[in-house]
Amino acid sequence: MHNKSLISINDYSKDECLKVLDLAEKFEKDPVQNLLSGRVISTLFFEPSTRTRLSFESAVSRMGGQVIGFTDSTSSSVTKGESLKDTICTVANYSDLIVMRHPVEGSARYASEVSNVPVVNAGDGANQHPTQTLLDLYSIRKTQGRLDDLNVVMVGDLKYGRTIHSLLMALSEFNVNFFFISPEELKMPNEYKLHLKNKGIDFHEQTDFTGILDDADIIYMTRVQKERFSDPIEYEKTKNAYVLRNNMLENTKETMKVLHPLPRVTEVSTDIDVSKKAYYFTQALNGVYTRQAIISLILGLKQ
Amino acid sequence: MIKDQKTLKVSAIKTGTVIDHIPANNLFKVITILGLDNIKKPITFGTNLESGKLGYKGIIKISDKFFVNEEINRIAMAAPQAQLNIIKDYKVVEKKVVQVPEMIEGIVRCVNPKCITNAEEVKQKFIVTNDGEVSLKCHYCEKITDQEHMAFI
Repeated sequence: MHNKSLISINDYSKDECLKVLDLAEKFEKDPVQNLLSGRVISTLFFEPSTRTRLSFESAVSRMGGQVIGFTDSTSSSVTKGESLKDTICTVANYSDLIVMRHPVEGSARYASEVSNVPVVNAGDGANQHPTQTLLDLYSIRKTQGRLDDLNVVMVGDLKYGRTIHSLLMALSEFNVNFFFISPEELKMPNEYKLHLKNKGIDFHEQTDFTGILDDADIIYMTRVQKERFSDPIEYEKTKNAYVLRNNMLENTKETMKVLHPLPRVTEVSTDIDVSKKAYYFTQALNGVYTRQAIISLILGLKQ
Repeated sequence: MIKDQKTLKVSAIKTGTVIDHIPANNLFKVITILGLDNIKKPITFGTNLESGKLGYKGIIKISDKFFVNEEINRIAMAAPQAQLNIIKDYKVVEKKVVQVPEMIEGIVRCVNPKCITNAEEVKQKFIVTNDGEVSLKCHYCEKITDQEHMAFI
C-alpha cells in the first residue's frame, strides 16, 4: 500500500481493506499522532465538497501535517484553461500526497498516472469514492463487531448511488445478506446483481419497507433525488415512501444502526437523531480515523 | 464472363495478406484501425459480398504487407470473426484468426460522456471482457462500453 494511489475500492484487496480498518481503530484510540510533521498534503477540490474536504484536512491536522490546495475550481488555474495533467504535475512538486475531487469520471485514475506522488480519490463524478467505502466498512464492523453474517438493508437511489455500489462491492467479499429497497426506476443495476449471484451472495429486492427492518443489522439510507425521475409526478408520489421514521424502528434489533453518507435531506426523519440507533454523525467522525489510516499507510508511516 | 468480372473486383494477390469475413458494415473501420489508409502498398477491397456466415461481408487484400499478431488483434472489436490468409506466390501459406486481446488502447471511444477520455487529451484504455459478447470496461471511469455502443475512432 506504500506509495500506491487509492483510486477505486477495487484497488485494495480484502486484506488491505482490513488493514485500513485495524489501523483506523488505533487512530480512534489515539487520534493525535505527530506523524506528518514537515509533510504537505494537497487537497485539490475541483468541485466543492465541504464535508469530505474538512474530514481529510482534519485527519492531516491531527497528524501534524500541513494542507495546501483549493476548495473549488474557480479559485485555481483551471479557470484559465489549464489541463488536469498540468495542474497535477505542478502540484505534485509541492506535496507528498494529493487528495483530489473532480466532477469528471476517471480523472483521479488519470491523475495518478501523471503524478509522481500518490493520489487519493475523494470522488470522481459518479464513479468512485473509496475512502467513503472504507469508513462505511469501519462503521459497520465497529457497531456489529464483524463484517460476516449481517443483514444489510440498502434504501433509496440504488441505481445511481456511487456509495451504494462501492459498498456492495466491498461487502461482497464477506458473507452478507442484502436487502434492496428502492422505487422501480432506481433499482439496483443488473451488473451488481449478477456480481452477487456469481459470488453466491443472497439478495432480496422490494419497493417498500414491509417486513424487512426488524431483522436488519444495518440500514443504509441514501437520498432519492428529484432529478433522477423523468416524471415529476412520479417523484412526488414516491418520495415519501422512502423516508425512515423513528416509529418504524420500534421492533428493530437493539444493535441495529442507521447509516447515511450525508448530506441528508428528508429521507431520515430528524426524530431518529436522538435514537441510539442513529449512527450517521459518528459515521462521519469515523471518516477522520479511516483517512488518517489511509494517509499514513500510503506514506509508509505505519505498517 | 460475369464470373470473370466478379473475380476482377477483388483480384488475387501474389504476396501479402487477405483479411476475410469482415462484417460489411465494419469494413472501413477495419481499414482505419489497421491504418491501411496510410500505407503505400496496393490494396483492393470488396464489400457487401454475400456470405453464409455473416450475411454480407467485406474482404481486404493487401500486397506485400504482413501483420504481427498484436496488430491483427486490434480489429477484434470490429471484426471478431475475421480470418487472415497469408499469401506467398499466390498460395495460402498460413491462416490466422483474430484473438480478442485482454486490453486495448485507443481504437474505441468510451461510451460515457463524463469520462476523462472524452474531456481531455487522454488515450482510451479498456479491459476487455468476453463472456459470449465482447465488451470493454474503461480503465479510467470503469463504465462498460458494449458492442452496440462501440464507436471507433
